[in-house]
Amino acid sequence: MLRILDRIRRTGVVTEPAPQDSELETLGLEVRRHIDRRFHSSLAIRQVDAGSCNGCELEIHALNNPYYDIERFGVHFVASPRHADALLVTGPVSRHMETALRRTWLATPAPKFVIASGSCACDGGEFGVSYASCGAVENVIPVDVKIPGCPPSPLALLQGLLAAIRV
Amino acid sequence: MTAASWIPGFLGRLEDDHIVVRHVDTALLAPAECVLLDVEDWGNTARVAAVFGCRWTAVWGDTADEHIIVRACLEYRGEYLVLTTRVPLNQPVLASHTPHYPGADRLERHLQDMFGIAFLDHPDGRRWTRHQAWPEGCYPLRNEMPAAGRSPGRTLVDSDYPFVRVLGSGVCEIPVGPVHAGIIEPGHFRFSAVGEDVLRLEERLGYVHKGIEKIAVGRDPAGLARLAARVSGDSTVAHGWAACMAMERAAGAEVPPRALALRAILSERERIANHLGDIGAICNDVGFSFAQMQFSRLREDWQRGNQVLFGHRLLMDRIVPGGVCRDLTQACRGLLQREVRNLSQELDGLLPLLDDRPSLEDRLAGTGILGLDIAKRLGVLGYVGKASGMDYDLRRDHRYAPYDRLQVASPCLAAGDVAARMQVRVDEIREALRLLEQLLEQLPDGPVHAAWPAAPAAGEGVGLVEGWRGEILSYIRLGPDGRVRRFFPRDPSWFSWPALERLIHGNIVADFPVCNKSVNGSYSGHDL
Repeated sequence: MLRILDRIRRTGVVTEPAPQDSELETLGLEVRRHIDRRFHSSLAIRQVDAGSCNGCELEIHALNNPYYDIERFGVHFVASPRHADALLVTGPVSRHMETALRRTWLATPAPKFVIASGSCACDGGEFGVSYASCGAVENVIPVDVKIPGCPPSPLALLQGLLAAIRV
Repeated sequence: MTAASWIPGFLGRLEDDHIVVRHVDTALLAPAECVLLDVEDWGNTARVAAVFGCRWTAVWGDTADEHIIVRACLEYRGEYLVLTTRVPLNQPVLASHTPHYPGADRLERHLQDMFGIAFLDHPDGRRWTRHQAWPEGCYPLRNEMPAAGRSPGRTLVDSDYPFVRVLGSGVCEIPVGPVHAGIIEPGHFRFSAVGEDVLRLEERLGYVHKGIEKIAVGRDPAGLARLAARVSGDSTVAHGWAACMAMERAAGAEVPPRALALRAILSERERIANHLGDIGAICNDVGFSFAQMQFSRLREDWQRGNQVLFGHRLLMDRIVPGGVCRDLTQACRGLLQREVRNLSQELDGLLPLLDDRPSLEDRLAGTGILGLDIAKRLGVLGYVGKASGMDYDLRRDHRYAPYDRLQVASPCLAAGDVAARMQVRVDEIREALRLLEQLLEQLPDGPVHAAWPAAPAAGEGVGLVEGWRGEILSYIRLGPDGRVRRFFPRDPSWFSWPALERLIHGNIVADFPVCNKSVNGSYSGHDL
């Protein structure tokens, strides 16, 4: 146990505003301000993979690593759409996920907003519309904000989030 | 050290069994050999191959005139043999390989749904890839089906899929998914449990089927490489490499040595990033969040390195037909070397802390055991196979460039539990770091990209790459215009998903997340 504590002490807090992360700090603080004002300090997000290649998921995961630590800005990922203020949807919507996505959206209590994350979710990306894919998320449920990128980096995700809660 | 080829001996065995080999072609899919068989001999050939000891590794289809060409790939001692047969479209019936190779189950059902081939003696005739996006009797990979499909309306949920019911007093069913509680891909798991104990797990995948094989048709090589890089985002380098290798073999394109070395560097970096993330996540699934934080920090450092060195955090689209799109400058070389040393030191500090936790060992050792027998029958690959005694690594046993110049050590353990799968990942990270150092030391000079042949002849090729999940097979056929006519990527997840159904037996429902994470199959790579 002592060795673990020692390791934690020696690792230090990597979340500190390191020079290259000043953009993150500024962004994060602004996100925090909006969330405090509009969402009573807490924004709950339900992530839905509607057909992505899982690249977007890797970068959304990264938001929770100690560098970005997105929870400090009041954003947290929840397990059920019923607990969510927003849906963060990735992928072109595969036809096999079409109904599941629509039901997830219906299960999210209003007021709610939808963020389409990644090129596929924004415009169908590399997959487009086909016998198996509905293409962009807005072809299935209403979308409020789009975050392009393949995949969008954690910083781009945070920027997109800020745009979403400013709306 | 090249052992004599096993293929002549195997063909002799086929002859003993009165199986007629119509044609042997060593050039068409080189380095794999290709044999043409009669439809009637398809099932018997698998029986002979299973007795011979071959590993069954893929089956895929292609269309030609009034036939569906079916190919199955066997491997033995690092050499590959592709069995081929021509199934007439007016009578698309073929003997199943599944009775001899249980791992063939879902790939054959995929073929059944996509091409409309009926497999005789298949133990499970239910649909697999098809949900409700296209009707029964409609086959997306046949030429007459347009890529846009024919039913533009809303797709209903696949509610009447016939799951196997486990009956008995006290048995309850727990349906999970397709939308899961975490930040993960969609799929459905149906548990039958008595109390906490899992009696049976049935997977229902196919939710992220995006029609990759169909929309590949007509793409140029660069466009296909972009698509292949998105078969499974976490394996973007491995799938990109395998697809480019297949196209380069099909078109007869040469890849400069420096580009090959850089591809291996990208591939090892991808392996390390994914293993780092997974080791943390496995620990987190048993409540050891310290490891999760430390390893996700290391993963982030590594991904930032990717951005600086190669211009993309996940290394997407770095591999292009003919080479790689970006060279490594001298300054970057030094940076990469420092990164490798740095990560080694971090691991020296962290790993003893993991080894030293009885509570961690208590949860991981003995959990989710996959025995060698089942692993072998399913043909499980990569770290899942290596943790269960399947000692196979393409980089060592098939020796494609640039690994033919390197000595690759591959871990192999016997326990087959979550702890073993984690240990294999640790060993693979160490080995990948060593390989990175060697690749950097021996990095050849020269160009990193060769011009694509201006007028390539029509051709076919198979790409084989050891991705971080194990062997990836990629088949590509180019038409006379140089565009793709057929693309089939076979992710290792095809075999690790059925393994998960087996290894969960006798475990408690609450241990499913950690078992699942230790296997970490790709949904996207499997659903296509």
